[in-house]
Amino acid sequence: MLNIVVCVKAVPEQSIANKLKIDPVTKSLPRLDIPLVMNSLDSHALEAALQFKRKSGAHITILCMGPPPAGNIVRECLALGADKGILLTDPAFAGADAFATAYTLAKAIEKNGPVDVVFCGMASSDGATEWVGPEIATFLNMPVVTMVREIVEDRGDEWTVKADYQYGYRKVRLKLPAVITVTRNLNQPKSLSFSGILKARSKEITKWDREKLDIPAERVGLKGSPTHVTEMAHLESRREVEILEGSLQEKIKRLVQILSDAGVV
Amino acid sequence: MEEKRASVVVIAEQGEDGIQPVSLQLVGKARQLADKLGSKVAAVVLGQKLTKAAEELVGAGADLVFQGDSDLLVPYQAELYTEIIVKLMVEHCPDILLIGSTFMGRELAPLVAARLETGLTAHCIDLVMNSEGILEQKIPAYGGMITIVCPKKRPQMATVANGVFPNPVLDSARSGEIVPIHVPKELPLRVQTLETVKERSEGISLESASVIVAGGAGAGDHDGWHHIAELAEVLNAGLGATRPAVDAGWTELETMIGQSGKMVSPEVYIGVGLSGELQHMVGIIGAKVMIAINNDARAPVFEQVDYGVVEDCRILVPALVQALRNTLG
Repeated sequence: MLNIVVCVKAVPEQSIANKLKIDPVTKSLPRLDIPLVMNSLDSHALEAALQFKRKSGAHITILCMGPPPAGNIVRECLALGADKGILLTDPAFAGADAFATAYTLAKAIEKNGPVDVVFCGMASSDGATEWVGPEIATFLNMPVVTMVREIVEDRGDEWTVKADYQYGYRKVRLKLPAVITVTRNLNQPKSLSFSGILKARSKEITKWDREKLDIPAERVGLKGSPTHVTEMAHLESRREVEILEGSLQEKIKRLVQILSDAGVV
Repeated sequence: MEEKRASVVVIAEQGEDGIQPVSLQLVGKARQLADKLGSKVAAVVLGQKLTKAAEELVGAGADLVFQGDSDLLVPYQAELYTEIIVKLMVEHCPDILLIGSTFMGRELAPLVAARLETGLTAHCIDLVMNSEGILEQKIPAYGGMITIVCPKKRPQMATVANGVFPNPVLDSARSGEIVPIHVPKELPLRVQTLETVKERSEGISLESASVIVAGGAGAGDHDGWHHIAELAEVLNAGLGATRPAVDAGWTELETMIGQSGKMVSPEVYIGVGLSGELQHMVGIIGAKVMIAINNDARAPVFEQVDYGVVEDCRILVPALVQALRNTLG
């Protein structure tokens, strides 16, 4: 039976986070308690693991690094059918960039025991970086395929997948153990069932901090991050917007003119 | 060896139709950065039939081109590419390493960064050398600009999308040195690209379109979307979309622009029925003329464009299509 780890990230609820603006005076983000939700690409990573489990059987471990409320996301994954949930939580983990995050997750995967496949979403909605999956693979000395849209064959320890590539896709063969980052095209995540929620209620979530993982303090969080944010600048739009006036017909006339001036028509 | 050291290195990419434009754009930018440091620019290019690519990289500003020529390097192979580049970077210890945000670059960059134990900034829209010689890497976020630095680790690594920096004028009189690099005779076999497949996409490809019409939730339904698609068609434009439009099932994921979607740099961008959320807008880079159509005058998109039309797109777009058809005959 395959051991699968799914890495999930708790991210600020997008519709609220989208409204955040850098304050022109304080040059920082206003502090708001934004509810955490599962990074939506990670739900496709979980669904990939669940589909494999339904078909061939598997043991699925959820791995999530975040503040204590992120435990709710882990529980959600258990309710969806994952077998074990691990929350990596420690104030020392705060401020981690992709490198420090991947390092911490990799250490936790090692500690958790044998693993055949690690599934991650291809990117996170808050940071927009796509680095965590491939960097985990590097730290675990495993191969990785990013942006996987289809698992063509998943028998034995040699899988074939299709991954997004310029103007189409590439077909890739990989040997397990491996890391796979997934796109939305891979599957359609299922929604929570009432019985799943009930079953997950009694499941224990394992909590590990830095000491449990036995990582030196300088390898985690802000200290372990090669990159730092030094400045947040409020940006006035460089564009002077002209709002088109007049009747519908006048607006259309002006639009055609603008497009014609731009050489489009 | 000293003369073969460059402090700014670009990992260039050879596509099917030659060197990727973003590679040349990055060499042009690298030239500016290296001149500030009083140093050299190197490009690394892996593939086959690289003579023209190497000439263009030199013409764009590279002093050195590290060239790995082997049939094993076509198509892109993650492990082999990583091995070759990591080895080269360990030998040369550059200050700065730049990669295009292409599908290859987005996978290769973190593999190289993790091996070199250094930082990597995603999809920068500007790179500035500060007075201490540190590279300030700018990314747009939250209606502003965030500056990221990698103060201690080297190289300072960043990915940049096509179109962020201008295409450099290629100077055929420039001279540069081509340095062949050793390519292992066998592929590491843990992961292997078997083939790359081009898919025929309907209409104009977003990456190469000079005009893009992008639609959002404001389309309302399939009919509304159909009108937006018609507008794209009549303008011979690429058709793009926001996440909500994709989620609604009106269009394919391939048309999504922005975060975890495509990065595009058209001459003219027309956003229809979309509010201008960051997740979408980060994908539109360097558009010359930007137009937005939305029925909500307070939509943030109106702060980010040149021309705004406050109208319900379901009424305006069909009328505009008709007017354009009349104009175009």
